[in-house]
Amino acid sequence: MIAGLRPKFDLLSPALVDRILDEAYSILERTGVFFENPEARSLFREAGQEADEKTQRVRLSPRLVDRCLATTPAAFDLFDRQGDISWRIGGDEVHFDPGSSGTRILDHITGRERKPLTADLVSIARLTDALTHLHFQSTALVPFDVPGEIADDYRLYLALLFSAKPVVTGTFRIAGFGPMRDMLAAVRGGAENLRAKPLAIFDACPSPPLRWSRLTSQSLIDCARAGIPSELISMGMTGATSPATITGTLVQHVVENLAGLCLAQIARPGAPVIFGGSPSSFDMRRGTCPMGAMETMMIDCAYAQLGKRLRLPTHAYMALSDAKTNDAQAGFETGIGAVLAALAGINVVSGPGMMDYESTISLEKMVIDDEICALAYRLISGIVPREDSLAEHLFEDFGPETDFLKSAHTRKWYRAEHLLPIVADRDPYDAWEAKGGRSIADRASDRVNDLLAKNTPPLPDPALTDELRRIMAADAGANGVTDLPALPVF
Amino acid sequence: MNADLFSAMARAVVDGDAAAAAELAQNALAGHIPPAEALDKGFVPGIRTVGGLWEDGEYFLPELIASAEAMKAAAAVLRPALEAAGSTSDAPGTVVIGTIEGDIHDIGKNLVSAMLTANGFKVIDLGADVKLTVFLETAESAGADLICLSALLTTTMLGQRRFIELLVERGLRSRFKVLVGGAPTSRKWAEEIGADGYGESAPAAVREALALLGKVSS
Repeated sequence: MIAGLRPKFDLLSPALVDRILDEAYSILERTGVFFENPEARSLFREAGQEADEKTQRVRLSPRLVDRCLATTPAAFDLFDRQGDISWRIGGDEVHFDPGSSGTRILDHITGRERKPLTADLVSIARLTDALTHLHFQSTALVPFDVPGEIADDYRLYLALLFSAKPVVTGTFRIAGFGPMRDMLAAVRGGAENLRAKPLAIFDACPSPPLRWSRLTSQSLIDCARAGIPSELISMGMTGATSPATITGTLVQHVVENLAGLCLAQIARPGAPVIFGGSPSSFDMRRGTCPMGAMETMMIDCAYAQLGKRLRLPTHAYMALSDAKTNDAQAGFETGIGAVLAALAGINVVSGPGMMDYESTISLEKMVIDDEICALAYRLISGIVPREDSLAEHLFEDFGPETDFLKSAHTRKWYRAEHLLPIVADRDPYDAWEAKGGRSIADRASDRVNDLLAKNTPPLPDPALTDELRRIMAADAGANGVTDLPALPVF
Repeated sequence: MNADLFSAMARAVVDGDAAAAAELAQNALAGHIPPAEALDKGFVPGIRTVGGLWEDGEYFLPELIASAEAMKAAAAVLRPALEAAGSTSDAPGTVVIGTIEGDIHDIGKNLVSAMLTANGFKVIDLGADVKLTVFLETAESAGADLICLSALLTTTMLGQRRFIELLVERGLRSRFKVLVGGAPTSRKWAEEIGADGYGESAPAAVREALALLGKVSS
């Protein structure tokens, strides 16, 4: 059978790719990057690099960068909570997860933004679990009903309780890593099992331009040693914290990510690292970081191309919008982003459900975006011959009574070839009107209620639940928190 | 003759030309033009024009920051002469500004700081990741009129509320005006926590600051 074509697109010419990488290597060597973390500097020094204690500047030789790239896995597998199902992070595999660390929720009952609470995180975990095109969950919101000191491990705790999908998360404080690692190891039944079957990805964001903070450097070191994949989230804003030109921002992006990657590899060679980011075109009128800007998406796809050239797994914040409600802007920005990310073959795409410059999560938007992801997956599955004969055999008995609706061939193939949407409207006008003339956001709201009512979360077994609760309570207690919000019972 | 110099000063600010602004300020001193007059008739009208161009959607952030830098360059040249003449009374007020502890974002804060300076305020910029008590101690020792608290994260935004509570606890609430800003904040939030004002953009923050201190922006 003739092979199909995996649709794919590149934005950078091969010569431009070379030039960007050359300049990045040169900046790493000549200018260097600030590392605020003393342990990071000492690791670099041990690796023979120049690391100044006073200025915190670390310069990285091309040889070290190449050595670190050589030890970074081009692909790895992420496993669900049971350790049964795995997803490949590498090649042109595409996996969507909700945008993470929002600070507000668009309440789907009132239609207004408000501060998120524990119950919202539970709903998001459960909804993500039910939405089949979101392969991973994320710790999507920062809850306001627990103190900020324990928000990082508390979010992971809820995620592990209420969904079986792998988690994209991260630390808010250096001390957050210990309990978070312990929870993940508890799920796997030990630290070595966790290394063998990673369950979570930890995001680590450099501070543009060219700076790795104490916290994020520590996260890279700790994750590398524990075998937890790190996702590097470089996030220059064009003309504000990175050069105004797209190519200039791409160079900075590579420099920041490679510096982080080197730290992880020095801490433990072979540590899984994802070449990711959340850069944006900076809006010079509003001072905002529009994730739905075409230039933002171009930067994303271009650095993913650079990451692939370096043979690294890739990530981007795409398939999200800056709209404040589930309007046309929310749909087109998310739709374009999801499709471009899929065509670019970005391995981890964080964004569905998110709006308002990465600040807000909407449950209805998660449902709508899950459908957008379905379309993107359909696109990249491409056009493939289903049978050796494409149509000739169907026309052997061609005559006036030929009707494909009646044919067995149609019944055999229409589901595989064509997606049937759930929330997008395909009604004839009268039928749409008869159902109340409702918008996609209205229908998505119904589906949120429906999915949350129908789906029982795949809770961990009681022993594991107790262990997770014990780890959480211990860290809460250590931070002077004696009462955690009550969790829903299913 | 002086009129030409004054309009060149305004132009240097509008064009965001720091080198020209500094040179024109030097020329003024060399020509024995009182520094306060150089500011009032030359540079300040320039920054007001810039504010207008921003409001009209002609100028964006890069032009705004370049003009603020030009203003700063001119003020740096004139400051020693201004202080020698004992004429600091023209400053609309003293401001302590910074981004709250736990937050390293300072683009917005820097813009507000630059625009306040450009508009003649005496600005003490504490930078990013600033402890609430440091805001208060600095404001007390500097005899500040206004404290500006920036926050980009929702977690640090809560620090704005805590700061107002801190002022109340220490019996200092009426002593300082408090202006809040940053991406997650809003006028509603400012009202909710009992702040005196809110700046949606850097020029808006300047307008609000002038209004709060009873110096209405012209």
